[in-house]
Amino acid sequence: MRDPHLLALTVNDEEHEVVVEPRRTLADVLRHDLLLTGTHVGCEHGVCGACTVLLDDAPVRACLVFAVQAEGSSVRTVESLADHGELSDLQQAFSDHHGLQCGFCTPGFLMLAEGVLAEQPDASREEIREGLSANLCRCTGYQTIVDAVHATACARREAAP
Amino acid sequence: MTTTDLPGVPPDVDPDQPERGERPATEPRFDGRRGRWVGASIPRHEDPRLLTGRGRFVDDIALSGMLHAGFVRATVAHAAITELDLTATREVHGVVAAYDAADLALGDIVAVLDRPPEEFTPTAMPILARGKVRFVGEPLALVVAHDPYAVEDGIEAARVSYDALDAVVSEETALAPGAPAVHEEAPDNVLLDVSMFDTPGVDEAFADAALTVDVTTRSGRQNALPLETRGVVASWDARDDQLLVQTCSQVPHQVRTMLARSLRIAERTVRVTVPDMGGGFGQKCVVGREEIAVAAAAQRLDRPVKWIEDRREALTAGFLAREQRYRTRAAFDADGRITALDVDVVCDMGAYSCYPFTAGIEPLMASAEMPSVYRVPAYRVRGRAITSNKAPTAPYRGVSRPQYVMAIERVMERAARELGLDPVEVRRRNVITEFPYTGVNGVTYDPGTYLESLDLAEATIRDEGWYEAREEADRQGDRHLGIGFCCFSERTGYGSEAFAKRKMTVVPGFDLSEIRMDTTGSVVVTSGTMNHGQSHETTFAQIVADRLGLDVARVKLRQGDTERIAYGWGTFASRSVTIGGSAVALASERLGELLCRIAAHLLETRPDNVALDGDGGVVQLDDPARRLPFEDIADVAHLRSHLLPKDVEPALTATASFDVPGDGTFSNATHAVVVEADPGTGEIRILRYVCVEDCGVVINPKVVDGQCRGGIAQGIAGALFEEVTYDGHGEPSAASFIDYLVPTATEIPDVSIQHLETPCAFTANGAKGAGEGGTIGAPAAVLNAVNDALRHTGVELDTTPIHPSTVLAALEGEL
Repeated sequence: MRDPHLLALTVNDEEHEVVVEPRRTLADVLRHDLLLTGTHVGCEHGVCGACTVLLDDAPVRACLVFAVQAEGSSVRTVESLADHGELSDLQQAFSDHHGLQCGFCTPGFLMLAEGVLAEQPDASREEIREGLSANLCRCTGYQTIVDAVHATACARREAAP
Repeated sequence: MTTTDLPGVPPDVDPDQPERGERPATEPRFDGRRGRWVGASIPRHEDPRLLTGRGRFVDDIALSGMLHAGFVRATVAHAAITELDLTATREVHGVVAAYDAADLALGDIVAVLDRPPEEFTPTAMPILARGKVRFVGEPLALVVAHDPYAVEDGIEAARVSYDALDAVVSEETALAPGAPAVHEEAPDNVLLDVSMFDTPGVDEAFADAALTVDVTTRSGRQNALPLETRGVVASWDARDDQLLVQTCSQVPHQVRTMLARSLRIAERTVRVTVPDMGGGFGQKCVVGREEIAVAAAAQRLDRPVKWIEDRREALTAGFLAREQRYRTRAAFDADGRITALDVDVVCDMGAYSCYPFTAGIEPLMASAEMPSVYRVPAYRVRGRAITSNKAPTAPYRGVSRPQYVMAIERVMERAARELGLDPVEVRRRNVITEFPYTGVNGVTYDPGTYLESLDLAEATIRDEGWYEAREEADRQGDRHLGIGFCCFSERTGYGSEAFAKRKMTVVPGFDLSEIRMDTTGSVVVTSGTMNHGQSHETTFAQIVADRLGLDVARVKLRQGDTERIAYGWGTFASRSVTIGGSAVALASERLGELLCRIAAHLLETRPDNVALDGDGGVVQLDDPARRLPFEDIADVAHLRSHLLPKDVEPALTATASFDVPGDGTFSNATHAVVVEADPGTGEIRILRYVCVEDCGVVINPKVVDGQCRGGIAQGIAGALFEEVTYDGHGEPSAASFIDYLVPTATEIPDVSIQHLETPCAFTANGAKGAGEGGTIGAPAAVLNAVNDALRHTGVELDTTPIHPSTVLAALEGEL
């Protein structure tokens, strides 16, 4: 390994220390060092969004972030969403609306959607569609993904005090 | 969980208890009976793991001691290799090995048709380029290193020199006299030239025609673009004496067959398994040279080796499709009825012929199916596959059908315009309405709803007021609304008989299934098909659950392991539910019969006095209080086999095969689209998309809707956005998602879907395939709608993708 760095970061509330080359991406650290393979890599140039994770609560492309840039940060991945095997409301909505087929883009869409809903809790269906246009899906034609996120937004709004 | 706890399951449906015996394959199979599970939008079995990040895709696999591989690839399109020096590569820190073609000495991939030399020229695809390169991205050498980053360093250190040749980059340059030959075996760059039909009366029909239309349509080269790129992990297992090849392939058995031949080893020493797969759409239904090279490296190094294609490779060196040109001449009588069709189709298949389908796949599909849903009395067709210095091609969702449907649907529109008729009315006058119908192409079409789907789609658009909206836009003057239709059918049950007519030497068709019940009464069923998003784990379980009267949650489908099933043909051509699903149904029926036989013996009654009870057991008919749950029967079959009838073997297993007889079955649909052309930018916005489809008995409506919508999105992508372009030297100009325009959620509209249902008589479930239809109908429907929006300009567009600049030029009178 060339020019190794000791990296400390928090992933899904768990603290980790990893030795990385400066050029190693956050996606590779999550997938191959921490074995959190739910985050997928689809293009390695920041367009498809399959690798979207939340970095300090904001959606980022893990393929475009060097792991060393995440030093001291908190990362959330798809593995954080379910609670002891019980699907989150968003995950359940994806299943209910058939918002996934092959499932490869799905973790990225889930994390993107969490980011969009956190930022715009009152988003309309069209605003959600706009937000979700950041990522690519090749299977669904997007309609059912938009439906799933919109249904989640509505349910969360209803549940909010 | 009880069955009625599941969402989407109607609680009031009586369980179906079909009694089915042996019937010859040529007789109708589907008896019209439905079950409790088939037809319900039950939750997908696949979802929980995929939603929680616990799926296992090929790049998620990590083996102890695993190395990583990558390819040195050609940077010029057509050249003799004058130097390939891997010395520096081998010295790079972290690099373990580097191989060129001579190092690995693997057998070439050669795909052959059983056709004479004047019709078909076989060409070889070496695993690594030898002597010359034929497209930018062609693999020259394999680099193996401790991590993927070191692999990249090693690839960078390779020295390659070329003696460049002129590149063949278009139909014109390929067929020009004196053109450079891509393959020495095919000096004219033609790999297939077949005139499949020239029926009597073509010339007479044109001589007598009230109207002749002559349309040249073109479609751009497209990438099927599964979001998961290709990849493989290969390892040698000394104990099993086997290469374990974990790859993302739609056709694991064909990978095994070709791999064994290329490595010149016994096929039993290769095991191919497929984990979760992130889409394929046809790109992964051919054997890739990369997976063979990586397997060879793992064998040599006796270490696991992983290769994951990066997106640049996927866009430039992955299998492509769809670059076709049709000249379609059609004769019509004065009433708008077609009297003859004369077609010349040329498909640019790129640098190599794919295994097992060959470079003939696209022109042969077009030639065989071109008359589409219409009564065409006389038909002549010439289909050619040309080779060029572009990345090779594979079947892509729809295979030529999006293109020939676009050609004939443009013909219908053109005829309507010339005759002053409504385009839907012209279709009505020509569409096949009586079934079974044997066409001029010798194909017998099983019953469908061609006219009904057309009528319903038109009525939907009319009832929603889109015709008035178009008139209103006309009145306003600066808005350009267009309405377009596409009516088509799609053969989805290609059995071996139908594929054999294409004269393939490797003839897909049948599929096998084995079902086992364990001592807890749960079943595992296998299939030679290969799920990669189509929801087989759910739909096949629904089929099995109905046949056995078993809760669907107790059914597990296993696919993607060549050790589990003797042979299979994988998933492509919308064949999985029709063929694989039928095999699964038949195996389930046999297991049901076995359960009944054992139960009758244990209940000490006649075999015809028991039946499956639809609730996980066998009941005595004349005394329903006497019942044996499957667990009790399974207990005897495995743990107390001395209690079995003397002529019944222990364990609970059954097998079945299925092949579709004759010409197979046809799904059908009509798509209707409303578009608006932006007068400022030429951008096309889709205002409404309606799909009326008929895929026979729907196993799971939610899944079929998903297949339609996803297919339509890919069809729209081809109609409006995506194209793999090359410059005059064969340099690909769309090597990233910056240039290859994949539509997002803001470009793909919501699609409304209506189902018609004509049960298929030939499949065990009455189902026809649903995987490809969306993709087939969308390009023609969108193109027709755009032309309708441009109808006041006098311009007719016949090429996809439709660029905004072209639309703008048309609107501004510059075309």
